[in-house]
Amino acid sequence: MEFGIVELSRLQFAMTAMYHFLFVPLTLGLSIIVAIMETVYVMTNRPIWRQMTKFWATLFGINFVLGVATGITMEFQFGMNWAYYSHYVGDIFGAPLAIEGLMAFFLEATFVGLMFFGWDKMSKVAHAIVTWLVAIGSNFSALWILIANGWMQNPVGAEFNPMTMRMEMTSFFEVLFNEVAQAKFVHTVSAGYVTAAVFVIGVSAWYLLRDRHIDLARRSITVAAAFGLASALSVVVLGDESGYSATDHQKMKLAAMEGMWDTHDAPADFTLIGIPDQEARETKFAIHIPWVMGIIGTRSLTEEIPGINDLEQQAEERIRSGMIAYEALMQIREEREAVDPAVTATFEEHSDDLGHAFLLRKYTDDPATATEDQILMAAEDTIPTVWPLFWAFRIMVGLGFGFIATMGFFFIRASFKRMQFPRWSLHLAVWMIPAPWIAAEMGWFVAEFGRQPWTVDGVLPTAMSVSALSVTEVAMTLAGFVAFYTVLFVIEMGLMLKYIRKGPFQDVKETEQWMDDHARRLRGSTGASPIATPAE
Amino acid sequence: MILHDLISLDVLRVIWWGLLGVLLIGFALTDGFDMGVGALLPFVGKTDTERRVVINTVGPVWEGNQVWFILGGGAIFAAWPPLYAMSFSGFYLAMFLVLAALILRPVGFKYRSKRESARWRNGWDWALFIGGFVPALLFGVAVGNVLQGAPFHLTDDLLPVYEGSAFGKLFGLLNPFALLAGVVSAAMIVMHGAAWLGLKAEDPIAGRARRIGLWAAGVAFIGYALAGVWLAFGIDGYAFASEIVANGPSNPLFSEVDKGGSWLAAYGERPWIAIAPAFGFIGMAMAALGLKARRDIGTLLWSKLAIFGVISSVGLTMFPFILPSSTDPRSSLTVWDASSSHLTLFVMLVVTVIFMPLILLYTAWVYKVLWGKVTEDDVTTDTGAMY
Repeated sequence: MEFGIVELSRLQFAMTAMYHFLFVPLTLGLSIIVAIMETVYVMTNRPIWRQMTKFWATLFGINFVLGVATGITMEFQFGMNWAYYSHYVGDIFGAPLAIEGLMAFFLEATFVGLMFFGWDKMSKVAHAIVTWLVAIGSNFSALWILIANGWMQNPVGAEFNPMTMRMEMTSFFEVLFNEVAQAKFVHTVSAGYVTAAVFVIGVSAWYLLRDRHIDLARRSITVAAAFGLASALSVVVLGDESGYSATDHQKMKLAAMEGMWDTHDAPADFTLIGIPDQEARETKFAIHIPWVMGIIGTRSLTEEIPGINDLEQQAEERIRSGMIAYEALMQIREEREAVDPAVTATFEEHSDDLGHAFLLRKYTDDPATATEDQILMAAEDTIPTVWPLFWAFRIMVGLGFGFIATMGFFFIRASFKRMQFPRWSLHLAVWMIPAPWIAAEMGWFVAEFGRQPWTVDGVLPTAMSVSALSVTEVAMTLAGFVAFYTVLFVIEMGLMLKYIRKGPFQDVKETEQWMDDHARRLRGSTGASPIATPAE
Repeated sequence: MILHDLISLDVLRVIWWGLLGVLLIGFALTDGFDMGVGALLPFVGKTDTERRVVINTVGPVWEGNQVWFILGGGAIFAAWPPLYAMSFSGFYLAMFLVLAALILRPVGFKYRSKRESARWRNGWDWALFIGGFVPALLFGVAVGNVLQGAPFHLTDDLLPVYEGSAFGKLFGLLNPFALLAGVVSAAMIVMHGAAWLGLKAEDPIAGRARRIGLWAAGVAFIGYALAGVWLAFGIDGYAFASEIVANGPSNPLFSEVDKGGSWLAAYGERPWIAIAPAFGFIGMAMAALGLKARRDIGTLLWSKLAIFGVISSVGLTMFPFILPSSTDPRSSLTVWDASSSHLTLFVMLVVTVIFMPLILLYTAWVYKVLWGKVTEDDVTTDTGAMY
């Protein structure tokens, strides 16, 4: 691969976005787990729950701040590296980003300060509300970002305006209630909840293995396992495949994930494993499971899932139609209001395919006069590289089922086996900590790499979306981000480990006081001696 | 949706031009003192405990304040996409430096006191200094360049192209006028941070901050006056050469623009805008007096007025221009041809009208809860919540 502006810009975006998403899922889930723990504290008044809240909140804070810091880059790099994209779709894409700031990020960031600093400055209930507002803010934040991302996958509620040479919004509600965005939101936040649950269980298991902070660890596992089981089920059952029938290219992505070259009769088989061969256009050594793909991909037994070859054919037709639109557009741009209404009519008829004509820009400056060869090459460009998608998808799904099993096990043990966890399961839980991050990054890889060659599906090719920069500039910032982010990551991991090793801050006097009070209460009610409570 | 026809496009454009100002000013007023505090940190805090006090005066609020910056970026994207595309890709390496500095800041606040080592803490203190001072300086440099016009043009596809080599672009930004603007901006932010520390910290920290703040206010005052004179005699303004179409499509290439004449001609056409620079001068002078007289709440308010006056004076002087092009004036981005569509501007306005009051309300509540000075006792008896 040649490293020009496009490749470097893509690499930079992938790097900064995937790095950002190391912190986001834990923020999404841990904020809620902390809020649940604090709610239990408010209801029961037991100090152990406050200690748990504060302990997990400390880890939340160390993670949260890097999410915020790397989020700054995300908000600005569209303009820096993707100037044409920003011009071309800013009218639609910018809105959810701005609304995210107004509705979600302000809420989250304003209250997160009070969450840490406000313990002695307000009532318990007020503080619990503050913690919940942080959690709600974080999750709303994800909603708006995924509405923006969902629009890139399925650009509804917008049309091209020849006068301004860009896409403009025609319906805010279509953008808001985009089916792809909704599916993505549920899937992504659920994945965040699973991440946090695995993290809490893993860290707690590490304490149990070392006989430390037993009470905190057991209670934390109980909360996290219940929360995690529900989320792990949701993340698999409500996978975002449901949006994969929305557009031609979403179908292409699905077919590529599946290594499905030809269209089969419904319901399609699921290829459990195999080796996709892009050259030969076949998936070798494939093991199929009947029906499963049809159900995953279409939620029906009768709907057909088109294969890669057929989709390429459709793309070719759309390129030809796009060339007509492109020619008309040039004439409209030249003559503006004076243009022949027939030309405008032609343009409007073919304007949905304009983006496909832009695919030809890679090969010729004037798509209207592209050669047959160029058209065929552009059509082939609509096929993403299959094998990385095929494997990334399978790793993600495999891990997803693994989470259900693990969470189920810990949930049963916590609920029905008096919180007795076999040592092997504790070791497993510790080793499992990185797994949800791998699954989440794989998921984003499938979604975004699978969208290639488009930044906005069917509307704007990636190759056209970049800024007019020099290779030197993009290479410098890329190197800068890699170096800078690596240092930050090392620092963050160091602090995370330090604070996990250190464990919760436990006020022994307060705990003893509470236990005395508790014992008195029990004696008062039954007259008998108190039930032994394990030492805090 | 037909609702959006209730407000005509030209009115929406002016409203969003105003809101752009509100966001920039909101950022400078709130995150401004965080940056000022960062820039002052190594100089007003001599011991570790003193520095922790300094950091904890903004500890619970910097995160919320910083959202003004993020929201500013998002709002420019949503309401002025060509501006977003042009400015961030054009000022590319400078933008990278700003981002890097701003990323250092949250990490510095949060991580600095999480280890005992003096080297670790001292290192982060200087990171916080960079995170406060560098963006304050560079934002001013950016404004200085915007006033002179940037060397860019739009292609027929409306792709913005900034002329020059990688380093030529970066160092081209550091011209004398822009550097002067940078000094004004940095001095103003330091003054604002000093006003905040005067209010939130006790002596000797507050005393040191007031002394530095007094100097900063003086530098800002003189620099701002100099920049005004320079603008009057040394820098070309821009004006429309073709008829202004306030309701037309957002395509800068449809209009003609001339370079020449003076920006200050705006004060002849709209004399009332002189109130903005007047606020700037009065605010800085009164803030300086307040710092001297230790009237802490008043000082902070005067400092806010100064920032409000200075930033709005730039916007009002340039109106309707937002980012003129020095090499291809026709490509200049203005209020009338660089906005989003009618519908998007309307939707965003509705969302802003609903959420902005809520934001101001809960932010005010948070400040109220946190009211009062941060003392050395607060940070030494703390159980782990503080920075």
